[in-house]
Amino acid sequence: MENPVVNDYAVRMLNITKTFGTTVANKNVSLDIKKGEILSLLGENGSGKTTLMNMLSGIYFPDSGSILVDGKSAHIRSPKDAHDLKIGMIHQHFKLVDVFTAAENAKLGMRASLKSARAEIKKICERYHFSVDPDKKVYEMSVSEKQTLEIVKALYRGADVLILDEPTAVLTPQETDALFDVMREMKKDGKSIVIITHKLNEVLAISDRVAILRKGEFVGEIETEKADVQTLSDMMVGRSVSLNIDRPEVKDKSVRLVVKNLSVKDNLGVLRLDDVAFTAYSGEILGIAGITGSGQKELLEAIAGLIPTASGSSMIYIDPRTGKEEDLKKYDAEQIRALGISLAFVPEDRLGMGLVGSMNIPDNMLLRSYKEGKFGLVDQKKPLDLAKKVVSELDVVAPNLNTPVRKLSGGNVQKVLVGRELASSPSLMMAAYAVRGLDINTSYAIYRLLNERKLNGGAVIYVGEDLDVLLELCDRILVLCGGRVSGIVDGRTAKKEQVGLMMTGSQCESAETEAAN
Amino acid sequence: MEIIITLIKAAITFGTVIMYGSVGEILTEKSGNLNLGVPGTMYMGGIASLASAFFYERACESSGVAPSTALLILIPFLSAFLFAAFGGLIYSFLTITLRANQNVTGLTLTIFGAGLANFFGGSLNKLAGGVGQISVSQTSRAFSASLFSFLPLPDILMRTLFNYGFLVYLAIVVAVAAHFFLNKTNAGLNLRAVGENPATADAAGVNVTRHKYLATCIGTGISGLGGLFYTLDYIGGTWANDGRIETLGWLAVALVIFATWKPLRSLWSSYLFGLLYWVPQLSQNIKRRPQSLFMMLPYVVTILVLIFVSLRKKKENQPPESLGLAYFREER
Repeated sequence: MENPVVNDYAVRMLNITKTFGTTVANKNVSLDIKKGEILSLLGENGSGKTTLMNMLSGIYFPDSGSILVDGKSAHIRSPKDAHDLKIGMIHQHFKLVDVFTAAENAKLGMRASLKSARAEIKKICERYHFSVDPDKKVYEMSVSEKQTLEIVKALYRGADVLILDEPTAVLTPQETDALFDVMREMKKDGKSIVIITHKLNEVLAISDRVAILRKGEFVGEIETEKADVQTLSDMMVGRSVSLNIDRPEVKDKSVRLVVKNLSVKDNLGVLRLDDVAFTAYSGEILGIAGITGSGQKELLEAIAGLIPTASGSSMIYIDPRTGKEEDLKKYDAEQIRALGISLAFVPEDRLGMGLVGSMNIPDNMLLRSYKEGKFGLVDQKKPLDLAKKVVSELDVVAPNLNTPVRKLSGGNVQKVLVGRELASSPSLMMAAYAVRGLDINTSYAIYRLLNERKLNGGAVIYVGEDLDVLLELCDRILVLCGGRVSGIVDGRTAKKEQVGLMMTGSQCESAETEAAN
Repeated sequence: MEIIITLIKAAITFGTVIMYGSVGEILTEKSGNLNLGVPGTMYMGGIASLASAFFYERACESSGVAPSTALLILIPFLSAFLFAAFGGLIYSFLTITLRANQNVTGLTLTIFGAGLANFFGGSLNKLAGGVGQISVSQTSRAFSASLFSFLPLPDILMRTLFNYGFLVYLAIVVAVAAHFFLNKTNAGLNLRAVGENPATADAAGVNVTRHKYLATCIGTGISGLGGLFYTLDYIGGTWANDGRIETLGWLAVALVIFATWKPLRSLWSSYLFGLLYWVPQLSQNIKRRPQSLFMMLPYVVTILVLIFVSLRKKKENQPPESLGLAYFREER
C-alpha cells in the first residue's frame, strides 16, 4: 500500500548560504534530491557545487538555511551526523588512508570486525560486479581501483544518498562506462545519487535531472530529456556560448622538433616508450591520444629533459631564433626551457606538479622567472603583473592574489598553471591534460590560448583525454599504445572509432606483440 | 663476566627509561602529533613522583603512622603519570586547539619540564635540609623491590633478568599492550587513521580532536613513567641535577624513528639503546674525547636506520603521513 503522504524527497536543502571570510560560496541555494534519481549538479569551476555538497556530508556547516533529510529537519554538524543520516560522499580527493587495506578503510570509524567487513565487501562486490581485494593496500591501487573502493566503502557504510564529486575526472572512458552501469544499478535499488561533473555528455548520459549553479547561486534545473549540450552550457555560463572549437589553418609550417628512436625505461627497467618517432611543426597542434599510462607522460618528460632516455634516442629541436639544430639530449631541463620549450603537465592530483600549494599566485608565477632578477634579487614586479593578467584573462576565481594556491578550487589551480606556461610564449608548448576537471567555458578559453600559440608560430603538443576534443582541435593526432606509436592521423579526416581502435584495438595489439618480441 | 652482567643490567635499566619514553611517544605520534617534549614530560613525571613520595613519607612520619606499601607505590605512580599527562595537555591545547607549530611547542615543553623539575628538585632538597639531602628511602625500596625474588633460578639469571623493580616489567607489558591496541583494535585503527590522514578519519566519523588529545595525554603520561622509574628506582629516590633524564628523553625520541613507529620494535631496541648509552661510561680509562664519540652511537645508529628505511621506501616504515601537521576540517 502506498502511503498517500509519502515523501518523495530524499534530501531538501532550503535557502542555504555559506561564506568563507568575504567570499560567498553559496547564496540562498535551494536544492531537492528525489528518491531514486540521479541528479547532476552542474556549474563552472568555483561555482560552489562542492561546497554545497560538503554541507550535506558534514564537512561544512551552513551559515543559514535548513536541510531536510527524508522529510525531517536535520542538523549535519559533522561527517558522523551525515553518516547517521545515510548520506555518503565520494570526494574529489579520495578520503583513503594509504597504508591501510581496503577493508580497514571501509570499516574505519565503525564498530565492526575486520572479518565481517571483508565478508560484507565481498557481498557488495558481487551485487554490483566490482572487483575489490579487501586485503590490498590502498597505496598499491590504481586511481580507478581507489575510486571503486570509495564507492564500495560508501555502500558498506549504508549510504542511501550518494554524492560523487567529479568521479570521472581521472577515469578512462571504459572505466567511466562501468561506473555509470553501477550508478544505474544503485538507482534501481532506490538510492539517490548526486553527481558533480563538467563533462556535459556524461551529464546527458547518466542523469535524470540537472541542477545548475552559477557563482554560488542556484540558476535553475531541467529534466535531462529536455536538455542538450548547448542549453546546459548556456545555463551554466549565463550567456550563449559557442561550442565549436576553432582549428585555424596555418600556411607556413616549419619543422620544430624531430624525434627518432625515442625509448625510455623506468626505474624498474620496464620499457615505457619504445622507438617513438614523429615530427612536430610550428603552426600546428599535434595531439597525442592514448589510454592513460601509454607513455604520454614519459614522452613529454623526455623532451623536457626531466627523465633520461635510452641510448640511440634522438630529439632534434630547431630553434626558430637561431635556426640551429639542437640535440636536446645534450641539455638539462633548465637549458631546454631556455631554448623555448615549455611543459604544462596537469597531474591527476593537480597540485602535484609545477605549483607550490602554500604560495600565492604571484609567487607561483615567480617560480619560472626567479633567475631573471639582478644582483641575486628577485624581480617581484613582473610576476605580479603576470598574475593579474592570468587572473583576469582566465577568470580565476580567488579571494585575492595573496591567497595560497591550495585554497583555490581545483579548476582555478589549473588555470594558474596553464596560464603561466603559456605566458612565456614558448616556441614548443607541451600541455598534458590541460582541461582536466575544468568547466566548459574555461576549457574553451584554454583551447583558444593553444590556438593563439599555434597562430603565433608556436608548435603545440597537446595530450588529451577527450577524443572528441582532440579530433576538433588538433591538426594531427599521434596515437600511443603501450609506449609505441600505433599511428599518426590527420585530425581533419580521422574518425573517432578509428582512433579508438588504434588506442585499444587490433593495431594496438600488434604494436604490443612487436614490442614483446 | 662481571662486565657483561653490568652491561646487561645497564641495558635493561636505561632501556626501561627509554622504552617508557618511546612507547608513549609512538602513541602520541600515531595521532599525528610530533611531540619533542618527551624529555620535558619525563622530567615532569620524575619530579612529581619524587615530590609526592617526599610529602607522603613526611606526613606519615609526622603523624607516626607507618606508610602502606600500596600507597607508597600508588601515590608517586599516579602523580608521575598525571603530571606528565598534564604536560601533554598543555601541548595538546596549543597544537590541536590553537594549531600552534608542533616542533616549537614540543621544544618549549622540554625546556619547561626540565626547568620546572630542576627548580622543584632544588626546593625539595632545601626542604630536606640541603643539597643532595632528599631521600625517600621507603618509596624507593618499594619501587626497586624485586618482583621475582621467589623464583628458584640460577644466580646469574636472577642477577641479570629478574632482580628489578616492577616498573621494568610493566614497561614490557605497556609496549606489548600498545602494539595490541594499535594493530588489533578498532580504536587503534581509528587512531592510526587520524595520524595518517585526519581528513579521511574525520569523513569516516572519527572524532579527530578527541583522538589526538587522548593519544597525546596518555602518551606523555607513559613517557612520564620513564622519569618515575629513573628517579625512584634507579637513583634511589633523590634528585640529581645531572641532565641524564634529558639525554635519555632525546634517545627515546630518536628511538621512535629507529623503531619505525612500532611498539614491539621499540621493545628490544630500547635495550639496545640502553646498552649503547652505557658503553662510553663503562671504562673510566677511556679519555674524555673518545667517550664523547661513543656517546654519539645511538644517534649514529638512528641515522643509519633512517637512511636504510628511506632507501627501502616501504610505506609501512614511514612516519604517519600527517605527522607534525595541524588539522582543521574547513581548510581546503
